[in-house]
Amino acid sequence: MIVEEMMKTNVLTLQPTHTIKDAISLLRENKIRHLPITDTTGEVVGVISDRDIKDATPSSLLDQQSLNVHTVLLRDIMTKNPIVGHPLDFVEDVATIFYDQQIGCLPIVSKGKLVGIVTETDLLYKYIELTGAHQPGSHIEVRVPNRPGILFEVSKVFHDHHANVLSVLVYPDVANEANKILVFRVKTMNPLGIIEDIRKEGFDVLWPNMPGITK
Amino acid sequence: MAKHARNNQIKKEAVYIYSEDQLGYKFSDSHPFNQKRLTLTTDLLRNMNALSDDDIITPRMATDQELLLAHDERYIDMVKKASQGLVTAQQTESYGIGTEDTPIFPNMHDASARLVGGTLTAVDYVMENKAYHALNLGGGLHHGFRGRASGFCVYNDSSVAIKYIQEKYNARVLYIDTDAHHGDGVQWTFYDDPNVCTVSIHETGRYLFPGTGNVTERGTGEGYGTSFNLPIDAFTEDDSFLELYRTAFREIAEHFKPDVIISQNGADAHYFDPLTHLYGTMKIYHEIPKLAHQLAHEFCDGRWIGVGGGGYDIWRVVPRAWSLLWMEMKGLPLPEGDLPQEWLDRWQEESPVPLIPTWFDPDPLYEPIPRKAEITEKNQKVLEKALYSIRSQQD
Repeated sequence: MIVEEMMKTNVLTLQPTHTIKDAISLLRENKIRHLPITDTTGEVVGVISDRDIKDATPSSLLDQQSLNVHTVLLRDIMTKNPIVGHPLDFVEDVATIFYDQQIGCLPIVSKGKLVGIVTETDLLYKYIELTGAHQPGSHIEVRVPNRPGILFEVSKVFHDHHANVLSVLVYPDVANEANKILVFRVKTMNPLGIIEDIRKEGFDVLWPNMPGITK
Repeated sequence: MAKHARNNQIKKEAVYIYSEDQLGYKFSDSHPFNQKRLTLTTDLLRNMNALSDDDIITPRMATDQELLLAHDERYIDMVKKASQGLVTAQQTESYGIGTEDTPIFPNMHDASARLVGGTLTAVDYVMENKAYHALNLGGGLHHGFRGRASGFCVYNDSSVAIKYIQEKYNARVLYIDTDAHHGDGVQWTFYDDPNVCTVSIHETGRYLFPGTGNVTERGTGEGYGTSFNLPIDAFTEDDSFLELYRTAFREIAEHFKPDVIISQNGADAHYFDPLTHLYGTMKIYHEIPKLAHQLAHEFCDGRWIGVGGGGYDIWRVVPRAWSLLWMEMKGLPLPEGDLPQEWLDRWQEESPVPLIPTWFDPDPLYEPIPRKAEITEKNQKVLEKALYSIRSQQD
């Protein structure tokens, strides 16, 4: 998946000449945590996060509230020249950037103009969609040897049962490097026949797996 | 037992909605959803002298107009066409029918509309003061969605019935669902409706269908705070199940103040059930209807409608569980000890497993669960989270 398929295109922005007070109200009203800062031509010149605001404002526990702080201009506290992305970037790369750079949003820029934004929350929702957890289905985990062609052997069982697979994930088996764990979400309330046939193929079905318990 | 109603007719304690036509909701001989459960339950009750001809009311069919209260016209049309063999499974798959879970069968529309009609018959008996309680074991198809079938359910009788209650009787409905699967269809139908409260206690979606029913699903918009979910861990046993059920049901009823209670009584949280991983025994099926009965009298002048639901060990679990439900509803003392020998003799031959000859299960029924304390603790956390909003309003 590429960024333009998931980015939000209706982006709220402020200019460097707005104040901390402006930023606080915009973030609160819209329940968001990041604002790209653009100049008059729409070019991204900075980013403000709720963390930047917190760093710049005095503690709410202090008696002496210095209201002057709220009139400080955003250009003085924003992160200048922020990392930005492109609509054709891969979503996986965005995840890596968030992780490596420890940032929470990526303004998306094309031809010098802000065209969208991707946040950690958006990315997390994409992950939920990937696991298929937003649609009715049963969850089946299969422990398989880590060798080519294994996914075909297992998925053939789903094909034979005319079962609609909502998602497939492949995890390493932490207990044994020679294995992988395949995780399927299948659109059926009765996975018993499928589980039986996967077991007949010689694979280990973990359903449900709780250490110390087998039904 | 019978009491006088306003219209001077004898008000019955309870009615049992049933006809053999309900057995027509049948996907195939090998499908786990098997309405033979109804025959087995009815026969067991007859043998107990707990069910007479006077108790039994023949269900009506739901009209198209009634189905439209909770379903899309296009979907109903597609079910009708499929019933007559006019469309292929490929054309119907996006409507959830013609799938492995919900295959097409002859007269599918009529059979499905009849199960809905049974629940509507139950509603009319209770809301028109002809009976305090009514039971339609053929209903409880809680996975049916507005525009598609899911999880063995074509039309959602509870969703239609609740809409029907709102329209015809303008009452606040508390729907409590003790099926081992999340009552997703009913929840989503009323997710934004502040006048319908849905409560579902079910095995977590970690492995089990449909995967939803997280404690954080609380409703939306004006309906925020009127959906409650209690997802309990696989291997949950009687005591923990009942602790959550009793606490949540009572606190939610006190908070919501319903005019009528609809309970969905899927009987698949039992250790024997092949589709789920909960470790309930017959004890929970003694206790579940008792509290529903009690709260219906405390809060709703007795108005209580019961429906069936899941239950895939149709020999050892469902007939006993549902017989207990009816006997509680009818106000009969709940039986202990042995099942009637005549019933055991009649059905043992046909049953693929040895029948359990007593009302309670043998003790112990299974090997002890190694992580019982942790599971109990986890479930208690779920209970606290589920009830957090109503408890914090009281403080």
